Amino acid sequence: MSAETPIFAPAPTGLRLDRMAIAAGQQIASLLPLIALVVAWEGLARAHILSTFLLPPLSSVLERIWEDAASGDLLFNLGSTLYRAMAGFVIAAVLGVGLGIVMTRNAVVRWFFDPIVSVAFPMPKIAFLPVFMLWLGLYDTSKITMVVFNAIFPVITATIAAAEGVDGYLLWSARSLGASDRQLLREIILPAAAPQILTGLQVALPISLIVEVVIEMLMGGTGLGGSMIAASRFADSPGVFAGIIEIAIAGLALVKGISIVRRHLLVWHQEAEDPTTV
Amino acid sequence: MTAVLTRYFPLLLLAAAWEATTRAGLVPASALPPLDKVASAWYGLAAGGDLWTNGVSSMTRGAAGLALAVVFGSLIGVLMAWYKPVHVVVNPIVQFFYPMPKSALIPVMVLWLGFGDASKIVLIFVGCMLPVTLSAFNGARGTDEVLIWSARAMGASRARVLFEVVVPSALPELLSGIRTALALSFVLLVASELIVARSGFGYMIGWLGDGGAYDSMFAVVLTVAFLGFVADRLYLMLMQHVLAWRE
Repeated sequence: MSAETPIFAPAPTGLRLDRMAIAAGQQIASLLPLIALVVAWEGLARAHILSTFLLPPLSSVLERIWEDAASGDLLFNLGSTLYRAMAGFVIAAVLGVGLGIVMTRNAVVRWFFDPIVSVAFPMPKIAFLPVFMLWLGLYDTSKITMVVFNAIFPVITATIAAAEGVDGYLLWSARSLGASDRQLLREIILPAAAPQILTGLQVALPISLIVEVVIEMLMGGTGLGGSMIAASRFADSPGVFAGIIEIAIAGLALVKGISIVRRHLLVWHQEAEDPTTV
Repeated sequence: MTAVLTRYFPLLLLAAAWEATTRAGLVPASALPPLDKVASAWYGLAAGGDLWTNGVSSMTRGAAGLALAVVFGSLIGVLMAWYKPVHVVVNPIVQFFYPMPKSALIPVMVLWLGFGDASKIVLIFVGCMLPVTLSAFNGARGTDEVLIWSARAMGASRARVLFEVVVPSALPELLSGIRTALALSFVLLVASELIVARSGFGYMIGWLGDGGAYDSMFAVVLTVAFLGFVADRLYLMLMQHVLAWRE
């Protein structure tokens, strides 16, 4: 980053403050369209241009979120949604990276799984949900399994592409310095493949949440999706909109969270200076 | 042909294992009907016309939603890269809504538009638009400035530069964004039809499963999965064809 550039003297403080002010100004300016959207929502609903059933005022939706938060429902539902989505995501990440690495190192495994992965990757796997319900019941097992089934394929394909793209010179050098297979994997392949694997995980994480929400809507029960579909059955539109906002914020937090994790894990990598955004 | 057969042999192996375990009674038929039962159920549904009418209504919804998403998404994305004011207004909204799980919109669409086609089409439109917008924006933003300057210097109008330089150079990224949208459209279509619908593949899967007709349910599930796969492969071929001018 700029702090380490030795050729140039550090900018005078006055200039730096100016820059900070400009950056802050841009931050605030970028919020304006969202604020306008919020005001338009409240205005449309208050002016009764749309009935409050179709578009409840934002204030009443926020009130609902507040009530849910105060009664503990919000925390409980958020917790059970995130628990299942993250459990599925973590399992998919571990299995996906593992299988991807094994596939690049073992020809038989590669031969067996290659067509399965390439056929299953573009499939709408959500269609298999009733099958998983049939096999594994209505509770966490079937939901988490379904999340794993949906999230694992981007991880596998990203891992294979990453592990195959590792610079040959790195591998040969490590080999000639006497690295064992294990050391090679831990010290060379995984770190060199990390950026692309993380990209795969960044694709898989939102998928986990999308799928978890759909499953809850279909199966009912606890969770943000479940309580939202219940609200929609009772024609409780503030409840439905509260659910959308809660889910949107959860999604935003997860996506921001994983990009922060990425930046921390890849501090040593040149891309850390220019982080990828969604 | 042999190459294809060797490549996809593991899938045949899986199918054989499916048939063998169910035939041998290792797995109860209520959990996994034998593959030949599924095949004959598929034939029954196809011959009876159910599969066709529901398939047509699903595919029409998917195509309509996706087409709207592609048109509006690429338009907005290119405009965002081309006119600064559009970027200033639209970008925060896109960035905020992009990570949102679009499936959360299913109940609102039902609330607003009812149980019919409109709620599914709008859901797919809204859900698929953002990936297209973002890829069009990134593609158009990445246009080599030297190309733009050269075209301008040779007297091209701004509009001509937009259509003959910016849009073509945004195309590779835009097309791969549309591929993401295509996959997402299948997910949203099936999910929304499973949750509330009166026709379509998702609806069929739902009522066949509820009625315990598992062989038919598996037939429809496999049909949808297969169509999703075929759509992706066809799109990939189209993409390679369109981008054949690239080195």
